[in-house]
Amino acid sequence: MPIEIPKDKWPGSIKAITIGATAAEGGTRARSITVGGQTTMPYLQYEAPTPNKPIIAIEIKSRKPEDWSALLVEAWGAAMIDPAQWAQKAEEAGADLIVLTLTVEDSVEDAVRVVRSVLAATGLPLAVWGPGQAEKDNELLVPVSEETKGEKVLLGICEDKNYRTIVATALANGHLVQSRAPMDVNLSKQLNILISDMGMPKDRIIMDPTTGALGYGIEYGYSVMERLRLAALQGDVMTQFPMLVTPGFEAWKTKEAKVGEGVPEAWGDWKNRSINWETLTAMSLVESGADIIVLRHPESVKRIKEAIEELMMA
Amino acid sequence: MALSGIQIYKMLPQTNCKECGFPTCLAFAMKLAAKQVELGSCPYVSEASKKQLAESAAPPIRLITLKANGTEVKVGNEVVMFRHEKTFYNKPGLFLRVKASDPDLVKKVATADAYKVNYVGMDFTLDGFAIEADGDLPAAVKAVRDVTKRPLMLIGNDAALLDSSLSLLAGEGTLIYAADASNYEALAEIVKKHKAALVVKADSLDALADLTQKVQAKSVEDMVLDLGGKNLGEWLTRSTQARRLALKSNFKPLGYPTIFFAAQNGLDKEAIYAAQAISKYAGFVVLDTFAPEMIYPLLVLRENIYTDPQKPIQVQPGIYEINSPKPDSPVLVTTNFSITYFSVANEVEGSGLPAWLLVTDAEGMSVLTAWAAGKFDAERIAKAIKGFDVASKVSKKRIVLPGHVAVLSGELEEELAGWEIRVGPREAVDLPAFMKQVLN
Repeated sequence: MPIEIPKDKWPGSIKAITIGATAAEGGTRARSITVGGQTTMPYLQYEAPTPNKPIIAIEIKSRKPEDWSALLVEAWGAAMIDPAQWAQKAEEAGADLIVLTLTVEDSVEDAVRVVRSVLAATGLPLAVWGPGQAEKDNELLVPVSEETKGEKVLLGICEDKNYRTIVATALANGHLVQSRAPMDVNLSKQLNILISDMGMPKDRIIMDPTTGALGYGIEYGYSVMERLRLAALQGDVMTQFPMLVTPGFEAWKTKEAKVGEGVPEAWGDWKNRSINWETLTAMSLVESGADIIVLRHPESVKRIKEAIEELMMA
Repeated sequence: MALSGIQIYKMLPQTNCKECGFPTCLAFAMKLAAKQVELGSCPYVSEASKKQLAESAAPPIRLITLKANGTEVKVGNEVVMFRHEKTFYNKPGLFLRVKASDPDLVKKVATADAYKVNYVGMDFTLDGFAIEADGDLPAAVKAVRDVTKRPLMLIGNDAALLDSSLSLLAGEGTLIYAADASNYEALAEIVKKHKAALVVKADSLDALADLTQKVQAKSVEDMVLDLGGKNLGEWLTRSTQARRLALKSNFKPLGYPTIFFAAQNGLDKEAIYAAQAISKYAGFVVLDTFAPEMIYPLLVLRENIYTDPQKPIQVQPGIYEINSPKPDSPVLVTTNFSITYFSVANEVEGSGLPAWLLVTDAEGMSVLTAWAAGKFDAERIAKAIKGFDVASKVSKKRIVLPGHVAVLSGELEEELAGWEIRVGPREAVDLPAFMKQVLN
């Protein structure tokens, strides 16, 4: 007896958004990459195929970070002191997108030079984030944005306290922006509205819901993402953006991943635990609808890429 | 589907005899609809109504309880597709698979059985063991039962062996894996005899629904579904479809919890496979590897996903003493979200440095979330300082704010005249260094 499988039919869909520009598209990237476009909840291929596979980004920094776990330092080695080399290694590790974070120590000249060197070192599309202090972000991102005009870089991070300058320079130079709100459906929506109101086209906004790590509030992020995706499918235009998540950042600041000594024996082997912490954080966000997954450890990249391949198969 | 009070009323005798303890049949019906009384209180209800009411009251996904001497695990009884719609109720049981032929069987089980890990004040363990009948199953069952009190699952297809093994587990609720179209009759017989539960296995949902009905016709009610599926995508599809059919279409033949083998496509994928199963509706997750570095994050994930979204875990606001603080020890400020509290408390405790920890009422939110929502501001912090009379405990009027809310320090200076406001690190993990280097 064949069962009738209940299917959801949604009026809305996620915007398909392209990051990076090839020569034909006005940039210099070897390829551009498109995310989003879904018309179902994540990976329910029996309702409709997932049009674009979620992508993996690897986060690199303009200077070797002093506070990263020794395990990450071991994984990336000497490449960490040269962002161009680091970007190349990230591409070899399987990244679809490079996320370059600038630091407060960078001068404008440093920032522009590093961005230029990373663009020259890899053909992947690029995201550039400021150091996370409003004034410094604006000081560095505006010249970077001008320098990379036409490359369709993803510029971040726009938050409610500081988005105008970043949006304005992205608008002027043909880039995209990343809109970040703290684990709240309404705050996400509100910031997307503010950014759209400045004239940013809807196919140039990527939404970052912030998520928390496994064991440190991931259940909030998980549910906020499911609610955002449901709202989008129900037709709420200001939630119909692909979602970028940062499980690498979130997981590697937890004690479970960061610290190898003086922790309970029941936590087990440090290295495997750390990678499990990052991959399980990431996997949960993949299940709840992430489109761009920003990771730090190459082994996590491998595992999450394989998992996404399998989810696309059904 | 649940019936309304009026619908139930129509099935009652409508004589208002009051023997149930309520003045009218309608009042009793309303209580029944609210699940506050049992139908058994009505002595005159007809058999037909009883059956109909029992069916309507049955949960869309059957509750399955496995038990042993002293411990039990309950799965099923779920009511939503997404946790924010209400909550996920019964955490999937995590079982470790062991082989009857393994010479280290007893040692393996004993080690895994003793495993315990603490997360925000709660102790987590594995839930049970699955014994594969690749050797002398009854002997293995006996040996395992000597070293663990947790529920068991027996994996095999020799009905006679399963029968004699179950005889060794009298009075327990054991799970048998697995019945398919070829052996369900024999397995159903033993399962019924020993009051066990039975996993039913087929290659498609159609075939599975067919089979559960056949097993049910043999008077076995406690079933668990093995949905099959070759990869993560197929399993997600089937798991979602089975859950939707049970919840949205009230389709009884698939209204049972599911079981998932996490290592089916290799040990390198075990953690990720188990993670998907935990988030996406599995009732039982079977692991092949006992590795604390994998089991701890899986137990935490399960706890996170099954936390009631309407009730964040909170800590009582107040002034907490860590490492026997003295009047000149620092006062650290944080919120009453349990994970925030435990992160901070663990770090300070681990450092051995004495401190007062002021936990403010931020309605159970973490520092940044509470700050964004206006639940962790200068006013609330000042209120906590005064409310818990911190000034009477310390000689040095100095408080340390979380680095994420450095912006509050100006305002707080105005609210708390005479107090020194210091800005600490953003992350709890950096607190010990901060206390050693900056506070002295």
